[in-house]
Parts: sequence; structure tokens; C-alpha cells
Amino acid sequence: MSPRRTETGGRIDRLRTIRFTFDGARYTGHAGDTLASALLANGVTLFGRSFKYHRPRGLLAAGVEEPNALVTVLRGEVREPNIPATMVEIYDGLVAVSQNRSPSLAWDIGALNQLGGKLLSAGFYYKTFMGPVIGPLKGTRFWMFCEHFIRRAAGLGRAGTAPDTSRYERMNAFCDVLVVGSGPAGLMAAKAAADQGARVILAELEAKFGGSANWSGETIDGASAADWAARIVGQLEGNDNVRLLPRTTVWGYYDGNTLAALERVTDHKEVPAKGEPRQRYWAIRAKTVVLATGSFERPLVFPGNDRPGVMLAHAAERYANEYGVLPGERIALFTNNDSAYRSAVTLKKAGAAVVAIVDVRSDVSNEMSRLASQAEAELLAGHAVVATEGGKAQTGLNVRRFELMSGALSGDERSIHADCLLMSGGWSPTIHLASQAGARAIWNPARQAFLPPQPTQRWIGAGAFTGSFSTAEAIAEGRAAGIQAAGGSASSAPLPVVEAVPGEPDPAPVFEIKAKGKSFVDFQHDVTAEDVRLAHREGFVSVEHLKRYTTLGMATDQGKNSNVPGLAIMAEALGKPIPEVGTTRFRPPYTAVSIGSLAAERFGDLKPDRLTPMHDWHIDNGATMFAAGLWYRPMIYGLAGETVEQAYVREAAATRESAGIVDVSTLGKIAVQGPDAAEFLDRVYTNMFSTLTVGKARYGLMLREDGLAFDDGTTWRLGEQDFLMTTTTANAGKVMQHLEYFLDVIWPELKVTVTSVTDEWAGAAIGGPKARAILAACVKGTAVDNAALPFMGIVHGEIAGVPVMICRLSFSGEMAFEVYSGAGYGMRVWEALIEAGKPFGLVAYGLEALGTMRIEKGHVTGAEIDGRTTARDLHLDWMLSKKKPFIGSAMMDREGLIAPDRLELVGLIALDNRALDGGGHIVEELDAENPHDSIGHITACCYSPALGKYIALALVKGGKGRHGTRAFVSDPLRNRFGPVEIVSNHFYDPDGSRMHG
Amino acid sequence: MAEYSAFSLLKNALNGNQDWKPAWRKPDPKASYDVIVIGGGGHGLSTAYYLAKEHGITNVAVLEKGWLGSGNVGRNTTAVRSNYLLPQNTRFYEHSMKLWENLSHDLNYNVMFSQRGCLNLAHTPAQLDDYARRGNAMRHLGVDAELMSVKEIKRLVPALDVSGSARFPILGGLMQPRAGTARHDAVAWGYARGADRRGVDIIENCEVTGFLRDGDRITGVTTTRGDIRAKKVALAVAGSTGQVMQLAGISHMPIESHVLQAFVSESLKPIIGTVLTFGMGHFYISQSDKGGLVYGGDLDGYNSYAQRGSLPVVDEVMSEMLALFPGLARVRMLRSWGGLCDMTMDGSPIITTGPLPGMYLNCGWCYGGFKATPASGWCFAWTIAKDEPHEFNAPFTLDRFYRGLIIDDKGQGATPRLH
Amino acid sequence: MLITCPYCGPRDVIEFTYQGDGNRERPQPASQDLDAWNAYVYDRLNPAGDHNEIWQHSGGCRAHLRVVRNTLTHEILSTAFARGGHKSAGHKAGGHQ
Repeated sequence: MSPRRTETGGRIDRLRTIRFTFDGARYTGHAGDTLASALLANGVTLFGRSFKYHRPRGLLAAGVEEPNALVTVLRGEVREPNIPATMVEIYDGLVAVSQNRSPSLAWDIGALNQLGGKLLSAGFYYKTFMGPVIGPLKGTRFWMFCEHFIRRAAGLGRAGTAPDTSRYERMNAFCDVLVVGSGPAGLMAAKAAADQGARVILAELEAKFGGSANWSGETIDGASAADWAARIVGQLEGNDNVRLLPRTTVWGYYDGNTLAALERVTDHKEVPAKGEPRQRYWAIRAKTVVLATGSFERPLVFPGNDRPGVMLAHAAERYANEYGVLPGERIALFTNNDSAYRSAVTLKKAGAAVVAIVDVRSDVSNEMSRLASQAEAELLAGHAVVATEGGKAQTGLNVRRFELMSGALSGDERSIHADCLLMSGGWSPTIHLASQAGARAIWNPARQAFLPPQPTQRWIGAGAFTGSFSTAEAIAEGRAAGIQAAGGSASSAPLPVVEAVPGEPDPAPVFEIKAKGKSFVDFQHDVTAEDVRLAHREGFVSVEHLKRYTTLGMATDQGKNSNVPGLAIMAEALGKPIPEVGTTRFRPPYTAVSIGSLAAERFGDLKPDRLTPMHDWHIDNGATMFAAGLWYRPMIYGLAGETVEQAYVREAAATRESAGIVDVSTLGKIAVQGPDAAEFLDRVYTNMFSTLTVGKARYGLMLREDGLAFDDGTTWRLGEQDFLMTTTTANAGKVMQHLEYFLDVIWPELKVTVTSVTDEWAGAAIGGPKARAILAACVKGTAVDNAALPFMGIVHGEIAGVPVMICRLSFSGEMAFEVYSGAGYGMRVWEALIEAGKPFGLVAYGLEALGTMRIEKGHVTGAEIDGRTTARDLHLDWMLSKKKPFIGSAMMDREGLIAPDRLELVGLIALDNRALDGGGHIVEELDAENPHDSIGHITACCYSPALGKYIALALVKGGKGRHGTRAFVSDPLRNRFGPVEIVSNHFYDPDGSRMHG
Repeated sequence: MAEYSAFSLLKNALNGNQDWKPAWRKPDPKASYDVIVIGGGGHGLSTAYYLAKEHGITNVAVLEKGWLGSGNVGRNTTAVRSNYLLPQNTRFYEHSMKLWENLSHDLNYNVMFSQRGCLNLAHTPAQLDDYARRGNAMRHLGVDAELMSVKEIKRLVPALDVSGSARFPILGGLMQPRAGTARHDAVAWGYARGADRRGVDIIENCEVTGFLRDGDRITGVTTTRGDIRAKKVALAVAGSTGQVMQLAGISHMPIESHVLQAFVSESLKPIIGTVLTFGMGHFYISQSDKGGLVYGGDLDGYNSYAQRGSLPVVDEVMSEMLALFPGLARVRMLRSWGGLCDMTMDGSPIITTGPLPGMYLNCGWCYGGFKATPASGWCFAWTIAKDEPHEFNAPFTLDRFYRGLIIDDKGQGATPRLH
Repeated sequence: MLITCPYCGPRDVIEFTYQGDGNRERPQPASQDLDAWNAYVYDRLNPAGDHNEIWQHSGGCRAHLRVVRNTLTHEILSTAFARGGHKSAGHKAGGHQ
């Protein structure tokens, strides 16, 4: 038998023993135990170390708010740090380790920080470590030296680098009523809403539904509250309208009544069942939300309140009633309200000796006195705890007389022997989700608590969440909320009858006992009451300044334990009421959420892959693929032993020598159709399209509204009212949205539709001196000679039985054709072209060779149309029609856009016959040591097989005026410096005789 | 002796920390000042500090509607860098960097500026060329920049997935070694204290409700704490620029206010030692001294003053994070928040005289405002004191948009959400 | 945020692309009034409150919508097709969307 396990009781399965390890030691527990309850049952009192002083810490709480007992759970190499032991359900083989200690939890070198004492007060970092003003440690050096050690000392758990192999899943759900929390209020709300026929989701962050019913020891409708809750859950389970989500934390309340929740599907299992994800992320769109999230018990602030053995009173009740574990043998309680008396009775019943109840109130009701007697506890009314004794476990405490109104202590210290001290500082409703939804909380002086604000979204509160702390009220409010949320009318049916110990909900307004010693407000971050007062002294008095200066409320519990006490101490220092100090707005998430769950299916699969119809052919034929946006495109088809440069030079040379073929399926394609299509294109493009005859294509340039270059491409007139526009691969989506915007918002009178057909067409560009012969060999149904298919002409025909559309246009500068077919037949056409090309020496080429040939021709792409250049900068001013306005025409001549020192497109030839690099800069005067006065940069570069030189395109200040002059490439990043000649961007075949044939 | 030092800490500790003075006074507003700075955020406070320190103008009030530093100076991801493409930006941010490097000494306040570097990851050859262009541009202006190989990157950040099988494999990166992070709140407090000790009145909970005018000229402000006159009124109100300009009768500005979310994880032992950005989306991350991973992504993408983010952006940011760090799936996001970003039409800021006589305008920080804090205040103070811009902020005029003198580092045009 | 597309019904904000201030008037295409063009391209109303905006249902029917939305609360007050230029009339989205 474990030393602290009760003989009977608890909602655990005593017949099932579970084995696990903590810090390497083997322990056993029972099914239904958390790591916290199981270790507590084994007599463990030391669970963790605090962040700053590395003080020994035990369990403070039993739920999500636990600030001290953080552990790392290991699954092989995969680590999950910073999990409260209270939220880890044990399973066979669980491996958990403590954190933030070295070498061990019991003996932690970091505890030496405590010797710093008052030196390490709030904000001390800001006042020192600046270091010397001169010398080798000036500037930031000294701080960075100190920071190195500070960083190593800080931090809680250690994250792993081994990839998490678990799966995460996302669900979108819709419901009429989402009930958050399954205590008596939540259960009643879910039941009432379900009975109205509403679609209900009930989410409970714990493993078991029932909330406080599982440990209150109360009786509902003649049964134990826990059994009553189980019965209601049973009824809900049988209802098709209801989805029950245990282990599901609703952590975010977003716009449009969208709530985010995390379901821990298999964290409590040794091995997930087949197909089960580790966690499931729910995005729930609820018509109405019932917030039945309960409340948190607050710690009291007094010296030694962080000693292992000091615990929240309700947590001890939970350990006793829900887990059958006693947190101590001799238990004392310290309270400012009635709820601790029930705790005392519970622990007595469970078998502990309750030695004393210390109550700051001198007036304790008769009912409470009776409960104290029932617990056989000495009642010390009008007293306060001023110290606790012990090291890594508590041995006793000291009390003195306490005057409620003044907070004064008097009389002698009396020492009480107890190994556990339970405290209750009143209750704070769990209003986080309501606060996230958009409004400020309201201070209630009677309850000494922030109550939920008026709803700004569609939610209804019930139970302790609203400040109604009794179970009877929770049940009534829960039912009313459920009915209202489901749109029903109020019920007069009798409510379940609750038998509970008596108690008033309002605490005495006491948050701190001022006595000598460290009194903790934020346990994890070691923020003391003195730190709060220091913040006040230094003027950090607004609640946000307090938080940021002292780090109060910034720990993993995000102030669930510390916010209100911290605020109260600041309010007292300021002599102001609490609400005038304010409260911080709660932000998502309510409790920490795994990043894996948020990424869900996109974990390991960030973006979709876009593959062209010929993708497999490229792979099979040795292409090196690379990402171009979401697309994958062949870079080169390298032969064994070839470098990238050798490969593209071979491909480009072969194309200019005989013929080459390249996959251009990724080009954006937009069908522009309708009676006003030609007019629309005239407005969109800088040049004329209404004059284009059917069966011809034209190169077009678009500007943005602000007059800068946007995109280019060819547009084909397939019919009087039918155009096929092509865009660059990168801008396909943007151009489409641009066109749609103008048609829908600006010119709705134009009768035009635009349709993205990028994915409908496969495209192959075939170019080179033999290209026409290859086409002639495989195309049926049309001639491809100069008469039938002149430059920029379009014909329809058939290849390998597949209808194709062929346009004679050229990007490579060769006689070239783009062959389009239905995407599903792309591969067939491609293979037919390859087959037909074999006798002619046709090669497939990738983007490197494509780039090489376009550089030789001086064509622009996205590297030059980079959102900062104008048509004039790119020498495309010949395309700016003067006969009509077009998008950007009114703005393109503003002074900044026609300034003489703008970057203009030029060609560069490396005079040292060495390769150039994209992104290298150009200077007039070479200074490798201290590069300066850049006049431009390289946008694209290659070895030109046609010229036999390393060449580049560049944007250079006043570029055109520099043709024929010398400059230098200056590339300090890659240590590439050398002379270049600035030339026209049209390196090769400038009059276009090759493509015109 | 400096007010703050290891020695003063020790002396005060021995005294129970009872003798520390408020970091700044809480004065009532006077009837008039030489200069009123509207906005007690980082930029407003640094403006006041440099007005006093560099120009001897100490009869200054900083008016803050809420608590000091409640805007973006306390809501950002703390990165400090000067790795811009365009020279106008690089020169300005490099001036800022130089001020950062001595800021803790200058303020006698440890702002914890840690030059742990900023690494932009590249995932395609074209992107690597873009970064080379940017890095070389920086080098030609005397700013530090280096290209890093995959191997070097792996050594620097072992938790990164540098495998070729990643959806967007890492091909290299651009590193600015002098970039880093600073403790954001400390910057506001340090400037506030520095300005206060030089005589500047910092007035919290004082909301400007209107402007006092003499014809076109601005002669002061009306506030929730009474009218205050001033020879010069300077605006440094970031996301609220549109609102405050409206009080001056200017309804339209080349600015949209957007919400940007940021996230912090639970505290972890050191795992990421530098500032890191992802190249195939919008994601940046660093680790704070406390151990929290501090990270963020794109704007939510619509006008907002709610300081509240939307869920799809959360999912997107986390997905991008795991694309880089598949080992961090079990790390937990602890807190998220939203900041207001005053997005301009070219992604670059505005620091200028005008647009009304007696008015000075500092705004348009998009989401680069934190790192600009020192230079922004320094240049704004210069502009206010001398009634003309310093050469560092001369390009950042309000009329540059209309004249086509746009400074568009990303090349996105007049679509603020894309900058 | 849920936006009610008059064509598709209520849809999550993730399906939409923001196209900004819906109060802007584009000058006539042939207009040479540079001030008017500058105002159209660069100047925005940026209210803290109800805002008349253009959104595209880019992940749905791709229609552009004129949406009146509160920038302080994110409440959607109305949505209508942008086509036809009825600036304020439109489909009532109803309640707190």
C-alpha cells in the first residue's frame, strides 16, 4: 500500500496497477491517477524547482493551473516539456522527468540563486550588466557575456530536436450549442439543450466529465454527485445530437463565435490505436456557447507559502475524493472564506488528522464552527499563518493573531506541527474565454473577484463562472443557459436536489499577510509581495507595468493563481480600489497548446505540390527538379558527371544548333471571353489588343495602377470574343485577381468573363532551327510552314490523335512554337514530340537553359519586373500606347518614375572570363576591402554558349547611357570582383532574324 | 555615480530596496510646452529623449492615452536588424543599429540588446540571388552581411531541418551578425527614464481629443486632462495615426491600420540562438532570455483596431514553424497577442515636418517599428528641432507616394497588407 | 470572422482576400488629374469603427463583395456584391458574424 493512499474511495480503479518512472525511479499508481496524484500517493513531496531562485516546490493545485509541478514527458527521443504533472494521466511505461534542476531535483545548484536575495529583486536586470563604456567589453559585449550564462540558467524544460512522428488532426465542427466545462452547470446546460433537440458539443478539459461533482462529496438527487454526473453523461452519450469531447480544452474564443479546442486523443495511452492521432484540433463554429468553466481557488500570500506541503484547499479535497490520496497526515488549513471548511471535513472523512483551521476572520459563523468541530479541528479565528517550517517537505507552521481591518498581527507566534497546509484565498471565476471574446471583466467587491463582462459575442454563462459558487445555483443556471442557448422557453420542472455543506460565497478581503519572510505571489516566477511593492515604488503601477516589470502572471499558468493577489497588493500600495488598477485582458490560448496540433495536417506537409502533366517524364529522364512557387520544374536534365553549367550549356547549344523542348505548362493561362474582351484587354495591357486579328498572338505588358511594370506575356486571339492570356508562372494568381477586380468592381459594365485555365492546358515550347521540321513530322490537320503559321500565328491540329493548338512565338530567340493540349493528354503529346524530334537531335531543356537563352536575347522576367521597375527602365516603352489610356498610364510619368538616375536594364560581359553571380553589384570603382557606391546589380547571369562568354543582365543607374563603358562587378558576399563591359541587353541576334526565320 | 549599476543594486539590496526612485515622475501637465509629443510609445519617448539630449529642448511633454509603452513597443517580436535592400532604408536602420549598440550605456538602463544575428533562410536559387543582392547592397553601405551555407546554418541552429527532403529545402541564408534582439519593454522604460531625468514631462492617461488651431497652424492640443499649448506638436502614434490625423481634419492618409499577431511558447532551455526567418512564407522566430520562443508571421490582412487576431493566421504561422523545426511539435504556444501596424503604401515609414504648420509626423512603421525606435526618435527630434529632416529621414516624406519616389523594399505596390 | 457571401452563404475569413477601402473612386480612365489618381491609389479612409470595404471571395465564387465591417469589433454589418456599385445597400448578415 502506498503511504498516502486512502483505504477506500476515489474514482480510480484500484484493481489496475500502472507502472511508470519519474526521474528514473519506478513507481506504481492506479488507472485514473494523474502523475501528480500517483506520486503524491507514493509520498513524493518535491515536484519541481522554481524559475528564478530554484526553490524546492511541491504541488499547489490539482488541475491545469498547477505552476510548480512541471515535468517533461518522454516518448523515446521525443520530448514534451513543461506539462503540469496534474494533467498527465499515467499509463504503463510512462517516463517523466523533472525540469530546471542540476544535477537533481533534490540537490539543485541553481538554488544558490537564493543567496542573491534582495539583489535579484524585480527589475534588477535593467539596472546592471551594462558593462564598461570603453575597452574590449564595451557596447553589447559585456551584456552578451553575462546573457550567455543567464540564458542557460533560465528556461524550464528542454525541447527535443528529434522530429515528432505523431500525427495531428484538425476537425471543423458546427453546432447549435457548445458547452464548455462539464461540472454540474455544464452538464445541466448540455442536457437541457440536447433535450430541446439542439446539436450540442460538450467539451471537458479533464479526462472525466463532472468537474467539481467528481470530488465535492456532495449529494445530488440522492446519489453522490459523482454518480449523478456519470448518470447525466450516460444520458448524453445516448443522444445522437450530442458530441462529448473529454480531454478537450477550449482554448480560444475567436471572431464569429468560432472557438478553438484541443483534444488530447492519445496522450494518456501507451500506444495509440490504429489511425488515432495524438491530438485533434477542433475549430468549432457554435451558434451559442455556454461558458460553464468554473472557477479557480486563489492562494493566500504569506511567508513560506511556497513550501512543499502548502496546497490549495480544494486541490487536497480533489486528491482525497477523486484519487483517494491524502496530501498529508496532519493537515492545517488557512482561509479567508467558508469553502475551506468543507475541505477540512472532507479530509477528516478521508482519514487525515485536521489539526487546525486558521481563519483570518474573527467572526466565523456557527455553521462553520460546527464544521470545524466535525473535522475535529481547532478553530483559530482571527488568526493568520505567518511562517511555515521545513525544507523540501513541510514540518510545521506558525500563526499569530490577525486584525482583519488593519491587517495587523499581534500576540506571540504559536507553532503548529503539520506536514500539510491547505490555503484558500477565495475564488476567481474562470472568465478567460469571455475576456478573449472581447470585453473587460467587472470587479465584484462582495465576491472579491472579477466577474464576466456583458457578452460581446453569443455566449451565456452558468455556474461558478458567473460567480454563483454553489452547486444548486450551478444546476439552476446551467439548465436555464442550456434552454436559452437552444432557443427554448424557461422550464418550471423541478431541479435536481443538492445536499451540500453550508457556506457563504463571499471571502474576507484579505490577500496577504505581511510578516517577515518571502511571500510568493507568482510561484513559478518567484515574484514576491515585496517585488510588487518595489514595482510600485519605482512607478510601475499600471497592471501591465506590474506584469512586465516583475514578470508576475507571465509564467506557464499565465496568472491563473497570481493575477488577483498581485493586483490586490498593488491596489493596497496605491491606496486605490482594485478595479482602478485594472485587470489584464486574457488572450488565447487559455492553456498552452501544442504547436503540432495547430499545424495539424500541415505538419510535415506545409504546402501542396503542383506538378505539370509531364512531371513523371522529367523525373524518368534525369531532370533535377526545383521549386518555383508551389510548382516543381526541371532545372537541368544532367548527364552523368556533368556540372549544372555543363548541362545547361549543352542543352542551350543543342537548341540553337538543332532543337530543344521545354515544359511551359506552369505559365499562367486565363481565358478572357465576351463581347468586350478586346476592349478590356486594351485597358489592361499597355499596348493594343483590339487590333489583333483572330488567329494571331501578341506580346503584352501590364502595369500596376501606380504605373510600375506588373507582368508580361502573350495573349492569343482565338476568336472575335475569345482570348487566351498567358502570364508569368509566378504572377498567375495575382494577374487573375487583378483582372477580376477590375471587371467586378471598376468596370462592371464590360461584358467579359475571365477564367483561370492554367491547369486545363499542358504546354510544350519547341524551338530551334529544326523545330518546324519536327512539328511537320508529327502534326496532322494543319500545315506549319511560314504561310500557314507565320510569326505569332496560331493553328489548330492534332498530334498523336490529340487536338492541339500551336502558336509560333519565341522566348529563346529561335524559330519556336508553343504547343498546347488538354492537360490530360499533355504527356502523350510531349512524348510524341520527343519521338518526332529524335531524328533531328531534339533535346529536352530545363529552366537553366531557358534562362540562358532568354538572357542572350535580353528578355525580361520576374528578376527584372520586380515590382520596382517601370516599362522605361526595361526598355519596353515602345509598348506604351499613346492612343488609349490603360491601367497605370496616368501614373507612370510621375517625377520619381522618370528620374535620370533610375536603374535601367543593361547587358554585362565579364571581361575576366569568369562566372558572374546573381545579386552581385556593379561599381565604377573597385574596392574589395571597403565596397561602396553601388550603381546597380546583376539580375540574371549565365555562360552564353552563343557568345562564348559569361554574360549577365543587370539593372544599372542610367544604364543605357553606359553602353560600351567599363565597370566592375563587386560581390563581397562571394568575394567575386572583376571588370565587366556594359552593353545592350540584346546580346544575341538583336534583329530577330532567327525567330522570324 | 550612475543611478543604476551593480554597486547601486548592492547598496539598495542592503537597504531592503526601499530607496529606489520612480523610473519616471508622474507630473500633471503644464499649460504650455515648447514641444508636445503625442504618443508615449517607443518612438515618442525616444523623440523626447533625443530632443533633450541632442538639442537641449527639455520643455517637452509626452502625452500617452494609456500606460506608457502600451503600443507596439511592448507587443513586438523584439528583432533588431538593418538588413534592408534599398539604400534609403538601410542607411536609416543602420543608424538605428549604431544607436542600439550603445543604447544601454547611453540610457544607463540595460535594454538587453543582444547581437545574436539575424538569418534569412533561402529555399530557391532565385531567392538566394535575391538575398545576395540584398546582402551586397548592405555591404556597399558598410553594413555587415554574410551568406551562409547549409552546413554553417546547421551548425548555428542544429534544430533546423536542413534535409533535402523538406518541402522547401534550405539552400543557404543571408546573415547579419550584428542584428539581434532587445528587451522590448526596457526600451520604453529606459527612454522614459532618460527623458524624465532630463526634465521631460511624461504624462500617462492623457488622451488627445483635439487640436488647438490658429488658422491652419497647430498651436496645441485638447486632452482628457485639459488644454495644453505648444509651439510644436509632434505625432508618434503608430496604429492610431489615422484617428489622430482625423482630429486635425485630415481624413485620408496613405496608411491602413492592420493587426499583426505574435506568439510566445513556454519557457525552454536554449534551442534557437539567433533570429531566423523562413523564406517560403512569412515566419520569424527567436528565443528570449527567459527561454520563450517568440515568433510571428503575416498580417491578418484587413484593417483592424481590435488588437485581436484570427485563427487561420495562427494555424499558418505554426505550420511554417514546424516546416523549419519538426522537432518542436510538442512545444506549446503559451500566449498570443495582436498589435496594430500602421501600414504604408510602400512599406517604408514617414518622418516629416507637417503636413500642417506646427505639426510633425512620425508614422508608417508597418511591422518594423521596434528596431527603428532609436533612429526614429533621433531623426524625428532633429526634424522637430531644426524644422527640416536629417539626411537619414529625408526620403521618408509624406508626398513621396504622390511624386513616385516610393521606397518599396518588397516591390508590392500600394497594397499595404503585402508589405 | 465569418463573412456571409450573398452567393455562397457564411464562410470563414480564410476564403476571402481583402481588397481594401471601398470608398475609393477611380478617376475616368482618360483623366489626367494626377491629384485624383494619387488619392485613388494611395489615400485611404482608415476608420476605427464601421468601414466600407471590398473583399473577394477568392476561395469560393470569386465575386467581390462590398462589406461593412467594424474595425474595432470585427462585426460584419452587411455584405453585398460589389458589382453594380451599390455602396451601402445590401444583404443583412444579421447578428454578430
